Amino acid sequence: MCLFIDPDLCTACEACVESCPFGAITLVDDLAQADETCNLCGACEDVCPVQAITIEKKTGAPAADGYEGVWIFAEHRQGKLAQVAFELLGEGRRLADQLGVALGAVLFGHDVKEEADQLFAYGADTVYLADDPALAGFTDDMYGVLLAKMINEHQPEIVLCGATSIGRSFIPKVATILGTGLTADCTGLGIRSSDRLLLQTRPAFGGNIMATIVCPAGRPQMATVRTRVFRRGPYQEGRKGELVEIDVARKNIVSRTRLLEVVTDLSEKVNLAEADVLVAGGRGLGEEKNFDLLRELADLLNAGVGASRGAVDAGWISYAHQVGQTGKTVSPKLYIACGISGAVQHQVGMQSSDVIVAINKDPNAPIFDVANYGLVGDLFDIVPLMIKRIKTARS
Amino acid sequence: MEIFVCVKRVPDTGENEIELDSGSNGIKRDDLVYSINEWDNYAVEEAIQIREKHGGSVTVVTVDNEEGDEVLRREMAMGADRGVLVMDKAFEGSDGRGIASILKAVVEKEHYDLVLTGVQADDGAAQIGGLLAAMLGWPYASIVNEIEILDEKKIRIHREVAGGNLEVYEVDLPCVLSVQTGINEPRYVPIRGVMKAAGLDVPVYGTADLGLSPESVGEAGATVKVKNYFVPEAGDRAEMLEGSTEEIIDKLIDLLKSKGGVR
Repeated sequence: MCLFIDPDLCTACEACVESCPFGAITLVDDLAQADETCNLCGACEDVCPVQAITIEKKTGAPAADGYEGVWIFAEHRQGKLAQVAFELLGEGRRLADQLGVALGAVLFGHDVKEEADQLFAYGADTVYLADDPALAGFTDDMYGVLLAKMINEHQPEIVLCGATSIGRSFIPKVATILGTGLTADCTGLGIRSSDRLLLQTRPAFGGNIMATIVCPAGRPQMATVRTRVFRRGPYQEGRKGELVEIDVARKNIVSRTRLLEVVTDLSEKVNLAEADVLVAGGRGLGEEKNFDLLRELADLLNAGVGASRGAVDAGWISYAHQVGQTGKTVSPKLYIACGISGAVQHQVGMQSSDVIVAINKDPNAPIFDVANYGLVGDLFDIVPLMIKRIKTARS
Repeated sequence: MEIFVCVKRVPDTGENEIELDSGSNGIKRDDLVYSINEWDNYAVEEAIQIREKHGGSVTVVTVDNEEGDEVLRREMAMGADRGVLVMDKAFEGSDGRGIASILKAVVEKEHYDLVLTGVQADDGAAQIGGLLAAMLGWPYASIVNEIEILDEKKIRIHREVAGGNLEVYEVDLPCVLSVQTGINEPRYVPIRGVMKAAGLDVPVYGTADLGLSPESVGEAGATVKVKNYFVPEAGDRAEMLEGSTEEIIDKLIDLLKSKGGVR
């Protein structure tokens, strides 16, 4: 920690105590003192009327020496491990083996201890468990401060997290507290054997170009990783590891974002993730009522209805149907894209489908780069004919 | 409500073929057509709507070279009150952390209640909002698709989370939010606004104005570096079903049968 409070200047006015969003400062013997939950945010430095507080921000990155091991953040939803946790375990295991180090998994939540066995079975050597009612729901402040503190203590050389809404939200905070670099949305990872550096590959410029990024001096090397890019590793029944339980000093962390409620879309039954067949529409549908055409086709195929961000932004269908980078990632057996141009942001949400069929007017639409089969034509000609043909065959 | 909106211009991927330069350490930037990053435009519209309802001002800020001026004036023509161009040779080659630390210095130059960014940029890594919030020591919420001002101290927001759900949060001000497209309908830029914006002063800040040391930003201060760029291996393009519409439909139905779509 590099927060200094000059005892000769401090007047014990408590302005800093009030200002600290994390409750990290207390008065001890008429002197302000910061504890280990301080994240060097600088709020106290700004309010101190006598300039007794100085923060020495780390210039340059911390040394690489002494950092060892690969960590993954094991995300879960309502106590059930998320798909991305298994994907990170698979990839983390591969990297750890290449480096000859241990793989740690970090698990935050309440009553989630049982999930640790799964983390071991899928490759973790150590599970760092922080189990506390205050961690039941995600908040940036709690998760960020706690993970940064744990990393400071255990010093892993690599920390990976899913590029999910949670990971995108709090990992930048962790990287800032630690003064290290961050590469977001990686789609490829590797180790350069000459210097053990993590090679982090991510799409740039709308996915037309890929960039390989390194973090030469900062530690840990931190990356968020897109979901459904890596495969989960093998399940090894009975595989054991070490469980490290973390003491959550939560009274010291005040969350300035408060979760009021989770709204699940109940207006329509939407379960895109589990449908075998999806029919998805984009801006090419032109207007809201044309989604009825897709719904009719979807009903015949016993399929779910998906949508591109364009169609959702236009207000034609609810966000629950959105497939793509900021929506759902799906991998059905069959994905039928109607009037979707196929921006990279959409592709990342559906490219792992087994078979992709695209219908689009524009023969150069990027959707044809990712589709297995393409039909160039007007969806308003093609889809009604499909519906008619399927109905005829059934009757 | 004093609102600060981070904006940037990005190569328009619809208009450009992006190519690598010979050393594969960069891309050819000479002939690129740029436009405002789509997400940022929604953030500016949202800021303007909040100002229209609650008063205050909207300041748009970009870290760029002189070309950034055009983007700022476009957003000022839309209705932002002020634009600030942050420009310095020393800023070139900054990584996300560098850009966030530069923006932090701009935010701290004056008083702001709310900082908005886009969720992501077409050429970026969707990390500036989170980094900036952490550096300012302000609360942060990402992927926000609804903002309601409760009072001078707090707001209520909706954010998109995985699985098609929404989370509703109360957040203390000042805070940083990353704004999702679709949160509003950005207004067209009126011609009158363009003419008015053309005459406005856009201040330019460099390292000296912001109290930043040149070593802490730009390439010198970067913690992550691009090792190289490469063109992804193109997957096989789709097999096109050809023929008359009837023939195409025949092929398609056969395909759906064999792939499990039609039973």
